[in-house]
Amino acid sequence: MQLLKAITQYQFLQNAFAACIMASVVCGIIGVITTEKKLIMLSGGIAHTSYGGIGLGYLLGFEPILGALLFSVSAAIGIGYINRKGYQRSEILISLFWSVGMALGILFVALAPGYPPELSTYLFGNILSVTKIDLYLMAALSFAVVAIVAIFFNHWKAYLFDAEFAEILGIKTSVLEYLILILIALSIVVLIKAVGIILVLALLTAPAAFSALLTHRFALRMLYAIIFGSIFCVSGLFISYYANIASGASIVLLSSLCFAVAYAINQISLGK
Amino acid sequence: MSKKAIDIKNLNVRYGQNTALSDINLTVEEGDFLGIIGPNGGGKSTLLKAMLGLVNISGGEITVYGKPRNARKAKIGYVPQFAMMDKHFPITVFEVVLTGRLCGKLAPFYGYSKADLKIADDVIERIGISHLSKRRISQLSGGEFQKMLIARALAQQPKVLLLDEPTASVDTSSRRQISALLDEISNTMTIIFVTHDLLAVSSHVKSLACLNTTLVYHGEPQLTEQVVDSLYDCPVDLIAHGVPHRVLGEHKGGR
Repeated sequence: MQLLKAITQYQFLQNAFAACIMASVVCGIIGVITTEKKLIMLSGGIAHTSYGGIGLGYLLGFEPILGALLFSVSAAIGIGYINRKGYQRSEILISLFWSVGMALGILFVALAPGYPPELSTYLFGNILSVTKIDLYLMAALSFAVVAIVAIFFNHWKAYLFDAEFAEILGIKTSVLEYLILILIALSIVVLIKAVGIILVLALLTAPAAFSALLTHRFALRMLYAIIFGSIFCVSGLFISYYANIASGASIVLLSSLCFAVAYAINQISLGK
Repeated sequence: MSKKAIDIKNLNVRYGQNTALSDINLTVEEGDFLGIIGPNGGGKSTLLKAMLGLVNISGGEITVYGKPRNARKAKIGYVPQFAMMDKHFPITVFEVVLTGRLCGKLAPFYGYSKADLKIADDVIERIGISHLSKRRISQLSGGEFQKMLIARALAQQPKVLLLDEPTASVDTSSRRQISALLDEISNTMTIIFVTHDLLAVSSHVKSLACLNTTLVYHGEPQLTEQVVDSLYDCPVDLIAHGVPHRVLGEHKGGR
């Protein structure tokens, strides 16, 4: 109740609340896709590469989140392109993008003149510091993600289940393959403000894994993941606000704990 | 007059330094029921994928009903090796079969028509898996999964049906059912299947091809020891496990 009252009073809490919901919607949809297609490590790679863009933003004096957008989309396209060229060891590729992105970020920040900026916001997230501009960007990206998945839903389902068969049907699977990588990149940018680069993976996996315990229908799994993500995020926000700790940490710890408990209950009820 | 369903001329496929298929010439008549046998790594799956346009060919040409290969227009149905597939994806049998009706264009807000739903229902019934229709795929046995994939291919309403190891890793009774199913389907369309299992070759196969990078044999479904030996590079003892029709002559001693 107190939080609801606070939300009506403070602009920054309203922003934080809106950011929570958008992050949950994106996580629900993209999280289900990445966990099903085993693209989690790839998502981690793209997320960490984006740190280079944040550093570049500081160095050149533009909005760091735009730098993150640029770097994550480039990383997604780069990884996709090299994989398509027949490079087999994608884990090596992902690791290299991951570490090079981080290294570039550190380098750019070191090169930036003046006092080193507060970077923990981007690494660990601080949903209470979300600005109006952040919100507009998040809204645009969330809308893009939802729209692209919804518009081609039946094609996505067929492609994600069996890409080879989709290709035989004449579907341009290369388009879908790049699109999914770009969607992951966009989602990560949405998530950075909420949970930060380092904790993105938890928000992509926990709600999706949680909903996987409850339903085996593809669309329903996305919907449940959105609902659970929202609950985790808003509760995490509440904890973050009152305990004055980084929102990323509270959201991640809460969602992981909930998943662990749900998984344990599920195992016990299955009699294992 | 029978038409040429698939015509392959001087086909070569290479993966980097490795030659997967070398100088293949193969004509499949419409209505044929062709079994392609050969050892693992002999290029059988590659040959199917070449016909489907899934692999790049380094030489030669493949025409389907007189036109350059294009699976979508030529209506080739495909049943992949189910061992390679994602069995945990959250999707039901009916939904999988329905994807056989999906349109090849990335049309926005594409929905299946009533006719599509009907076709999916009909093939599911024809294959005899109606009772599994609403089940999710992770609950299927190997044989049931394979039947679902055959139903999906039939939902494409193809003229030619390609199957990759249709009876591998399924139990004996499913194997028998699938063989019977293919015999029945072969009355209505051209079928080509590959297998490394000589025993999987149904008694109703109309012709047989033997593939080990090159095409060793193509013709009547009767194999001589000489062909089999050149196919497998070593003498193979041919034992027929209750297969009604023996495609293979008896093997006499080593080389």
